[in-house]
Amino acid sequence: MDFLFKIDSLSAGYGNDIVLKDVRLTVNRNDFVGVIGPNGGGKTTLLKVILGLIKPFKGTIDFNYTFLRQNRIGYLPQMSAGDNTFPVTVSDVILSGLMIQKGIVARMSGEDREKAKIVIDELGLTGIERSPLTEISGGQLQRVFLGRAIIGDPALLLLDEPDNFVDTTFENDFYEKLHQLNERMAILMVSHDVGTISSHVKSFACVNRKLHYHPSPVITNEQLSAYDCPIQLVTHGRVPHTVLEKHD
Amino acid sequence: MEGTIFQYEFIIKGLLGALFASITAGLAGTYIVSRRMVFLSGGITHASFGGIGIGYFAGINPVIGAAVFGILSALGIEFLAVKQKIREDSAIGILWAFGMAVGIIFIYLTPGYTPNLMSYLFGSILTVTTADIIALGILSVILILYFSVFYRTILYISFDEAYARTYSSYVDAIKYITTALMALTIVLNIRMAGVVLVISLLTIPPNIAMLFTKTYPKIVIGSVIAGFTGTTAGYAISYFAGIPVGATIIFTLVIIWIILKWLSQLMKKRQPEVRDQ
Repeated sequence: MDFLFKIDSLSAGYGNDIVLKDVRLTVNRNDFVGVIGPNGGGKTTLLKVILGLIKPFKGTIDFNYTFLRQNRIGYLPQMSAGDNTFPVTVSDVILSGLMIQKGIVARMSGEDREKAKIVIDELGLTGIERSPLTEISGGQLQRVFLGRAIIGDPALLLLDEPDNFVDTTFENDFYEKLHQLNERMAILMVSHDVGTISSHVKSFACVNRKLHYHPSPVITNEQLSAYDCPIQLVTHGRVPHTVLEKHD
Repeated sequence: MEGTIFQYEFIIKGLLGALFASITAGLAGTYIVSRRMVFLSGGITHASFGGIGIGYFAGINPVIGAAVFGILSALGIEFLAVKQKIREDSAIGILWAFGMAVGIIFIYLTPGYTPNLMSYLFGSILTVTTADIIALGILSVILILYFSVFYRTILYISFDEAYARTYSSYVDAIKYITTALMALTIVLNIRMAGVVLVISLLTIPPNIAMLFTKTYPKIVIGSVIAGFTGTTAGYAISYFAGIPVGATIIFTLVIIWIILKWLSQLMKKRQPEVRDQ
């Protein structure tokens, strides 16, 4: 079987507040799913359930441990450009992606540093690995956090609104990098910029309390409203990709 | 002869006190400053004054009373903020004043004259006992071991707690233990600098170190050096000028910080930073 995880009849939320209801979703190897939906619709909650940060009220999530050894899930949290004054270096942040494989008394080996070096080279961060976060640009910062997410060589990569933070000069590079990564890992990307991501993802999951899976990167306004997914399709400058027609 | 032995002991005690204060304050201060917990630490410091008052009243060692109060208020602030959903800064403000009030009431109720009150408020090396020095020495060893063994875990939880929760189930345990150790550091250093001044013993040295480095372990080392320099210099100045030691130490540290800040800015101007995107 090629699936990474299967969510079945899952409900989840906080306290008495049900945010996700009766959700079904299967993600296979090399999938690239765009998770879209209105604010408060449950996109981040879905990621938290997958990460095991909140326990579902009901339903199951089955992981395929053939591929997800040691819960190998890479995670790029939502970021704010604000507080990155903590005195920590680029390579230390990237190394922290290996903590899941370490105990509470974590030591970084030469092999770990070698892995960090490969990621640093791959993401074009060579030369600033010893810099503190305060001295790097926003685009570099995003790549550092992406590095933290991928250093453990995850089978699944979760991205929470990376487009919120990415600077426009780096945007194309960033998606190009995701394409490359997608050859070796499945990606689940939360976004509210359907127009931009539709040229990158392979399918959509529309999350608004319920989840509607849309097995194509092409999605129309009619489909969105049928999925009860009230978001705007914003088109950007050059749009060679979004075809707003119904499909099968 | 008697006088010189007394002087010798006085100097050794002062130097050891300065060394252990610098080590504990450097380790704790770097954590507090990096995590932006300075206000929280101020709250813990003042809340622990309640323990000093109760200690006096009950006739037990006020440092023990302060330690209990300090640790409980540190954990209490976290508890109020997380579980009771009281805004953290408000919780700190409440416990800050509450501790001071309890301290003042119990000291007032204590029969007889309480001569050491000023030394708790403003610190005095004269009242520092051998037991205080030993306690600070033991705490130094504990903190060095704690931070070296759990370095990565503490660093990454401090840096990005939410992310740490995705891989670690002991985020809260580490946070509470570290906060308790911070409280203990503050309380034991109250003997050196006093309730009112101790917070600067923790915050100024890391800020001096951060003028020159931005990586965590180097800030710790820089803080200890800066702290020791400032403490011993302040100690000597206070001895020869006959002015209160706690205040002199803080005054010296701030002067060092101002001079070095000015020098580092001068250096930056002479070597304009070239940074590519």
